[in-house]
Amino acid sequence: MTLKDGSRRMTDLSLSDQAIAGKTAPPSEARALRLPTQWLGVAPFFIFAIMFLILPTLYLMLGAFQNDAGEFTFENIAALAQPSIVAAYWISIKVSLASALIGAFAGLAIAIAIVRGGLPEWIRSATLTFSGVASNFAGVPLAFAFLATLGRLGLATVLLNTLFGLNIYAHGFNILSFWGLTLTYVYFQIPLMVVIIVPAIDGLKKEWGEAAATLGATTAQYWRMVVIPVIWPSFLGTVILLFANAFGAIATAYALTGSSLNIVPILLYAQIRGDVLHNAHLGYAIAFGMIVITGLANIFYIWFRTRSERWLK
Amino acid sequence: MKSGRFWAWVVFILGAAYLFIPLIATVEFSMRMRRGAYSFDAYQIVLGDSQFQATFMYSVIAAIFTIILGVLVVVPTAYWIRLRLPQLRPIVEFITLLPLVIPAIVIVFGYIRMYGSNSPLPFLSNNTATNALLVIGYATLALPYMYRAVDTGLRTIDVRTLTEAAQILGAGWSTIITRVILPNVLIAVLSGAFLTFAIVIGEFTMASLLNRPAFGPYLQNIGANRAYEPAALAIIAFAITWGCMSLIQILSRFAPRSANRPN
Repeated sequence: MTLKDGSRRMTDLSLSDQAIAGKTAPPSEARALRLPTQWLGVAPFFIFAIMFLILPTLYLMLGAFQNDAGEFTFENIAALAQPSIVAAYWISIKVSLASALIGAFAGLAIAIAIVRGGLPEWIRSATLTFSGVASNFAGVPLAFAFLATLGRLGLATVLLNTLFGLNIYAHGFNILSFWGLTLTYVYFQIPLMVVIIVPAIDGLKKEWGEAAATLGATTAQYWRMVVIPVIWPSFLGTVILLFANAFGAIATAYALTGSSLNIVPILLYAQIRGDVLHNAHLGYAIAFGMIVITGLANIFYIWFRTRSERWLK
Repeated sequence: MKSGRFWAWVVFILGAAYLFIPLIATVEFSMRMRRGAYSFDAYQIVLGDSQFQATFMYSVIAAIFTIILGVLVVVPTAYWIRLRLPQLRPIVEFITLLPLVIPAIVIVFGYIRMYGSNSPLPFLSNNTATNALLVIGYATLALPYMYRAVDTGLRTIDVRTLTEAAQILGAGWSTIITRVILPNVLIAVLSGAFLTFAIVIGEFTMASLLNRPAFGPYLQNIGANRAYEPAALAIIAFAITWGCMSLIQILSRFAPRSANRPN
C-alpha cells in the first residue's frame, strides 16, 4: 500500500512539474526559477520552527555543557548527581511510570470491553467522546477536581469514612503525595489510552479469529497467540507516550501539591523563577536531562509504532 | 460469550466510575459554600470577579492569536509539502512532533534565556513583545495538533487537481491558498483551532513563567488561596473543554469524506 501510494505520488509530481513548467516559461528558464520558489513555500515554517523550537532547546542543551565563562565542561551534568536532584528525577520517573502503567492497563481493559465486549453501540461512541474530553482535561482544574474528591474534605474521602468507616488519611493516604499525584494523572492517562488503543483493537480482523477457530484454537490460545502479539507493540508504544506525557507535565502537580512534592518540572520551575540552585547552568543541565528522558521515550515510541503499523494496515 | 459480556460491563462501569466520581465530587464541593444548603454562591463569586473576567479575556484573545498564527504557519506548509515537496514530509512531521518531546517548561526556559532584554531579539523587554512571545509559545505547543488536523483535511481533497484547475483559470498562489485550498480544509482547520483553544485557555506553565496575566496562573492563584471557588472553576474549565470537543465532533460530520482515494 505504501509503495503504490508513493509511486503514484511521484508520477503525479513529475506530471504536474511539466505542466507548470510548460505553462510559465521555457524549461531552461523555469529550472533556474524553480529552486528558490519551491523552498520559499516552506520557509516560514522552518524559520518559525528553528527560532522558537529548535534554537531555544539547543541553547539550553549547549548551556548544560558550559560554565559561566562559556568554557566546555561536564561539571553541570555531574552536579545532577546531588541527592536532591536525583530524588526529584526518581520521583518524577516513578509517578510517570506508575500513572502510565495503571492508565494503560485500565484503558486497554476499557477499550477491549467497549470494542469486543458486546456492549451496546452507544456505549462505545459515548466512551470515545468522553475520553476525548477527559484526555484534554488536565492542568490546574484537574488538580482542583481531585482535591474536591480525595482531599481531606473531598467527597470520596468523606463517603468512604461515613459509609465504610474507612479513613484513608488515617491509613497514610495523602493527596499531596506520590499516590495522590499518580491517581490524579491516571485521570487523563486512561482516556488517552482509550483514544489511542481503540483503533488498534479495531484493526484486529475478524478473519483472524475465524482462522484461529478453524485451526482448533481455544479462546485463550487465540488471545495469547494472536491478539496479544498484534496489540503488544501499540500498547507498549502508548505506555511510553503516556510516560512522556506525564513526565513533562507541571501544572497539575504544582496546583495540587505546591512545592511539597519535588518532581523535576517543579524543581526546574523554581529554578527559573528564582535560581534556587544558585547556578544557572545547573538549570540547563536539569532541562537537558528532561529532554534526554522524553527523547529516549519517544525514540522507543516511534520504534514500537513502526512495528505495530505492519499489522494494522 | 455471556461471561465475557458480564466482565465487559464490570470493566466499563468501574472505568466510568473513576472518570465520573471526580466530576460529581467537584460539582458537589463547588456548591457547598453556603453552610447547610447547596448553592451556586461559588460560581457567582467567581464569575463576578473582575480578575476572572480580565484573565479569561486575556487567554481568549491569546488563543485567537495563537490560532491565527498556527493557521498561517501550518496551512501553507502542509499544502506545499503535499503539492511540491513530498520528500520533506518526514522532516516536517518530525519537527511538528517535537513539542510532544520537549516539555513546555523547557521550551519557555529557552525563550527566557534566548530572548531576554539584552539579546538581539529582546522579546522580554516590553509587554507587547512578551505577549507576542506567549502566543508564539502557544503556537508551538499546538503545532502537533494543528498540523495533524490540517494534513488530515488535505488528504481528503485532491490538492493537485484543485491547484491545477485554479492555475488554468489564472489564479496566483495567494488566491489558490486563500480561496481554493483554505475553504476546502476549513473544517479541518476549525477542528485544529478548537483543540488549540482547549489547550491554550487554561495553560499555566508558559503564561506563569513569562509573567502574563492569563487564566492559568489566575486558576493556580485561586487554588492556593480559596476553598470552594477552585471547584467551581474546575467545572467551568471542564465545560469549556467539553464545548470545544463537541464542536470538533459536530464539525467532523460536515467534513468531506475521502473522495479521491480508492484505498
